[in-house]
Amino acid sequence: MSKMSVKDVFVVADNILSPLGKTTTENFTQLKNSVSGVRQHNEEALSPTPFFASLFDKDQVFIDNNGYTKFEQLLIASITDALKASDIDPKDKKTVLIISSTKGNISLLQTEANSAELQKRISMSTSARLVAEYFGFQNQPVVISNACISGVIAIITGMRLLRAGQYENAVICGADVISKFIVSGFQSFQALSAEVCKPFDKARTGLNLGEGAATVILSTNKQFEGNIKIKGGAVSNDANHISGPSRTGEELAYAIKQAIKDADISTNDIDFISAHGTATVYNDEMEANALGLAGLQTAPLNSLKGYYGHTLGAAGLIESVISIQSLKENLIISTPGFEELGVIIPVNVCASPTRINADNFLKTASGFGGCNAAVVIGK
Amino acid sequence: MAETNYITSSCSISNGTVNKDINKAFENQGVDLSAFLLSIYQHFHFNYPKFYKMDNLSKLGWLAAEILLQDGFKKDNYQPEEVGVVLANSNSSLDNDLKYVDTIKEFPSPAVFVYTLPNIVIGEICIRHKFKGEHAFFIQDPFDTTFIAQQVNYLLDNDILHACICGWVEVLEQDYKAVLFLVEKKKTEKSLLFSAENMSSIFNKD
Repeated sequence: MSKMSVKDVFVVADNILSPLGKTTTENFTQLKNSVSGVRQHNEEALSPTPFFASLFDKDQVFIDNNGYTKFEQLLIASITDALKASDIDPKDKKTVLIISSTKGNISLLQTEANSAELQKRISMSTSARLVAEYFGFQNQPVVISNACISGVIAIITGMRLLRAGQYENAVICGADVISKFIVSGFQSFQALSAEVCKPFDKARTGLNLGEGAATVILSTNKQFEGNIKIKGGAVSNDANHISGPSRTGEELAYAIKQAIKDADISTNDIDFISAHGTATVYNDEMEANALGLAGLQTAPLNSLKGYYGHTLGAAGLIESVISIQSLKENLIISTPGFEELGVIIPVNVCASPTRINADNFLKTASGFGGCNAAVVIGK
Repeated sequence: MAETNYITSSCSISNGTVNKDINKAFENQGVDLSAFLLSIYQHFHFNYPKFYKMDNLSKLGWLAAEILLQDGFKKDNYQPEEVGVVLANSNSSLDNDLKYVDTIKEFPSPAVFVYTLPNIVIGEICIRHKFKGEHAFFIQDPFDTTFIAQQVNYLLDNDILHACICGWVEVLEQDYKAVLFLVEKKKTEKSLLFSAENMSSIFNKD
């Protein structure tokens, strides 16, 4: 990458809409107070047996307008709040909408009979069009569905579209809704923890699921000079197994190194890491290997899965927004559930909130299909 | 930036026909999709037992990639990280999602659930050929060749990748279409300029 041609990509505004709150500030305050959204649910419509997850209340209203599915309501509500805090105009030809999700409207398969009309309604292109029309976006929205790295790829894609000068502003929103479809699938993999998950801990037994949405608005407009920047990103594939992570972690390590290189900084400049940390035995082991290979074993690290559960296509965005707030407040959020290190290659897990002078953080994600992604965000 | 990239190979599978570089390579009309995909596998004498456990979306994409890379692609010219895959379709993994929903009623199947993500087909292609580079799966309706060309050119022009498979892989019940392009930085005898227009013209050929 020829550095002289790279445009700075600034973070203009953001939002998190989760069971813990409707704004970034509400969410960050909850996390500072160690409040988790994960609890036990006994919900026949989602699972025949009780399970732990971070879910919205069943009767929670996100927007007043009818005709939108819960997935679309989450997108609209999250984007609305983020736009409020900026003067970015969605109707501007220079603004693009990017949406990330793993399963979008898939819950409709359980409540409606299969038909051509239903198939059309489920399609993420339909949701993207409805959300774009709601705000008046002029350009064709971009939709990314790449398993659990969708949110991080969405940020990287936005950064690249802006760097290339295709657009000046990007509104990037990720969301996923937890349905029986998703719960039963993770149960069939025996991937769910029977308690609040314990990332990187010796006693970890699996993940919790969670629902939510998050938005970041990016711009190359010089008026935002001084804001936090999306500095670099990269994606890699394990080429090993579709449902199990790499044995070595070297592919995630490669993505991390490429992201750091793309950001034009060095490994020592990474002040903390927002890990994927799902709390499954294999994921956390692979991530620790990768961080070791990338020379980041001493950098303070957290996993927010004990607060939000695994929010799938929203995870990369929710966790990046929290970490952006950490940069602003010089405070790394703790890793709930973590007590004793339980990975072979040591990593520096923050068990409690940690004060730090931080300029840059690394956000990583990995998922089914052997996918890995890393993004560097900093001052 | 703005270097020139080339389509050095293409493969399309639709309407009971397989085309390699626009020439018909195989045809089998009047059978259902599963039987058609199996007949392609057998016709080309592929030997890859994992094929049988894939869902139809992965089978279709895997077959198209296999034929795309036959005769001409020099894998040894590239490091694993230098080759990537950028794909799109309009219905994600809905074809397999419908099958998974049926298993929930009895006993949720992990073997079916794992294919309820569109990027699994990318994973299958990467596993087969040990490609470890950048990849992404986009949901679009219709195929947005301008966007895909922009994405792939960014990856190649910035040396993030040196070769990229890109294109469309779609399955929904008996409707299907795959059109894949191999994009490299070197011109060959039969190569075409990599552009949205050239992708569209091959995509819309049948």
